[in-house]
Amino acid sequence: MRPHEDAPRRIALAGNPNVGKSTVFNALTGLHQHTGNWPGKTVATAQGRVHFRGQSYTLVDLPGTYSLLASSPEEEVARDSLCFDRPDAAIVVTDATALERNLNLVLQVLEILPNTVVCVNLLDEARKKRVQIDLAALSRALGVPVVGCAARSGKGLPELMEAVEGICAQECTPASVPYPPRLEEALAALAPRVSGCGLPGRWTALRLLEGEGALYEQLLHRVGAGEEAALVAQIAALRQGLGGEALRDTVVRAVNERAAALVGLCVRWEESAAERRERRLDKLLASKSVGIPLMLLGLGVVLWITLQGANVPSQWLSAALGRLETWLSAGAARVGMAPWLQGLLIQGMYRTLAWVVSVMLPPMAIFFPLFTLLEDAGLLPRVAFNMDYLFRRCGAHGKQALTCCMGLGCNACGVMGCRIIDSPRERLIAIVTNNFIPCNGRFPTLIALILVFFAAGSSPLAALLLLGVLGLGLGAALLSAKLLSVTVLKGQPSSFALELPPYRRPQVGRVIVRSVLDRTLFVLGRAAAVAAPAGLVIWLLANVSVGGMTLLARCTGALEGLGQLMGLDGTILTAFILGFPANEIVLPIALMAYAVQGSMSSYASLAELGQILTQNGWTWLTALCAMIFSVMHFPCGTTCWTIWKETKSVGWTALAVALPTAAGMACCMAVAALARLLGAG
Amino acid sequence: MEKTALNRLKPGMRGQIDALTAQGLLRRRLMDLGLMPGATVEMLQAAPFGDPTAYRVRGAVIALRAADAARITVILPA
Repeated sequence: MRPHEDAPRRIALAGNPNVGKSTVFNALTGLHQHTGNWPGKTVATAQGRVHFRGQSYTLVDLPGTYSLLASSPEEEVARDSLCFDRPDAAIVVTDATALERNLNLVLQVLEILPNTVVCVNLLDEARKKRVQIDLAALSRALGVPVVGCAARSGKGLPELMEAVEGICAQECTPASVPYPPRLEEALAALAPRVSGCGLPGRWTALRLLEGEGALYEQLLHRVGAGEEAALVAQIAALRQGLGGEALRDTVVRAVNERAAALVGLCVRWEESAAERRERRLDKLLASKSVGIPLMLLGLGVVLWITLQGANVPSQWLSAALGRLETWLSAGAARVGMAPWLQGLLIQGMYRTLAWVVSVMLPPMAIFFPLFTLLEDAGLLPRVAFNMDYLFRRCGAHGKQALTCCMGLGCNACGVMGCRIIDSPRERLIAIVTNNFIPCNGRFPTLIALILVFFAAGSSPLAALLLLGVLGLGLGAALLSAKLLSVTVLKGQPSSFALELPPYRRPQVGRVIVRSVLDRTLFVLGRAAAVAAPAGLVIWLLANVSVGGMTLLARCTGALEGLGQLMGLDGTILTAFILGFPANEIVLPIALMAYAVQGSMSSYASLAELGQILTQNGWTWLTALCAMIFSVMHFPCGTTCWTIWKETKSVGWTALAVALPTAAGMACCMAVAALARLLGAG
Repeated sequence: MEKTALNRLKPGMRGQIDALTAQGLLRRRLMDLGLMPGATVEMLQAAPFGDPTAYRVRGAVIALRAADAARITVILPA
């Protein structure tokens, strides 16, 4: 260690959502932390280490926020981190193309932490939009260093660290936001009294005058030091004539006016070709006539790429894992493993795991990067914009459109993505109804049944029917949302104020790394944790006999009546139940049960699949009901686990299981009864 | 000086925010996004089903539902 190397300095990284804060964080720390304000966002803070000129710094990535005044969880985390962890300095990342709004946060951070560097990011885009910013003038007006950046191309980052180094060595005295005279008088009276607790007196005085919940209590306790009663009396006296809600407005307005004044001083803007292009693109993507069809087309393309692209690696993985199974069996035989144990571990556990991996991994590894690309390009907020109306009518939140889209990839991811919805009521609705959207894992079953029974190998017709099935899922999700919002989750739709960020060229390389690491591997890990033990159970059921019949046969027998009522049979219903670890294995289990085999098997061709199913009494009605039940049944194990993790409630998890199952059973029974009544099927 | 609710603006129309009648969390959220008295707003376009609507405020594009936009009064330019 070099002699002059001190303990790492703590630097907080703040910024509005969508300003490239993660890019700055990743570029400086070399980590791949993803903290977008879309799916996967964290309310916790991430940390990374930076070394610069022999000094190490701990960079603390705060959640993206517009302000530190309101009371969303992210804003609280960001504010508390700045005020109670007392970092040595802060960097506020701002968007050069929307500097005025970004300056609000800068001014608020400066009030808490004077040692702040302002990073004006996205200068490259600002140039394209013909926004000119006089950084030197801004720095003079603010009284702190201002550094221009284009973080995606790494421009300006060394200068940023240089400014951070400089600011750690000096005390900054930024210009304060001027408040109206009455408030200034109150602040002047209170600030000296409350300074000296390590927090800036002016900021502390302001917050005390506002008298806001938990923070107020904390500050009071901190600065009161035994004389809290006297302090409370003084605050109450000063508050006279300032008003409660009105005071907060006064503060927000003063900060904004200051931001506007700064922009007037330092920014020159003219409408550019790039911006006109953006508006034209918005006009097209959200137009009455083509907006929705374009979205559906985009969705179709993403699904098509996913399914087509996944075929080859899926087969390859399946073959490789199959070879591994042969070796494992041979090895097990060589060491003299008992046949039943071999069956349990290899044909039971290993084979189920291998199946889940080979069927799940490729589509997820394709779908999620595609999804993240759309997210990066700024297209997803437009989807929420277009779909909000439908969700609002059902008492749900517009952002649920996005969690539904994620559900197409994987419902567990969709459920996790519901974190982007602020209102707890609407978030629960989104979580509970996400499973109506069929995930990648259900597509193979749906597609196989469509091709065998309805589309006779015609892929355009199959694609159309698949879109119809998705429509059924979306309809069910919306109806259930409506049902929930007039019963257990009663309430008014919350407000919907969504920023439509500028379109951006996505960063392909980073997107792939990020989405594979953050989503795909994460979900795969959870799925494997569920699939392996489930494989054991399935194998036991298929191989342990009681009274001359395997447990599996007993299950299918017991469920036969209910299955028939639902237009299915006992075997299909059993397969759905045993498919709890992952929806991918439903069809293989059914085939295994039909063939009275002891382990899961694949099918060689669609024709063969059709033959096996028809021999076992399947008609178009069976297939239709199986598809309906595939869309509407209990979530898979991974998703259930995730729902519980996200809601921390057995009750909501149980509802998320019961609601789609009940809906599916009711639909299947209705369809079967109707078909039989009409003499079809 | 003609005043109207923000949700009544037609595409391309501009106005200056006069007051927010929204209260509590929504009020703060709107102000965070820059929708506060004095700010200039331009109506850009409505979503395909007519709601929500996109507005340009302080260089950013913000989507608001009609019910929320109705709680913002704007002054139309003479």
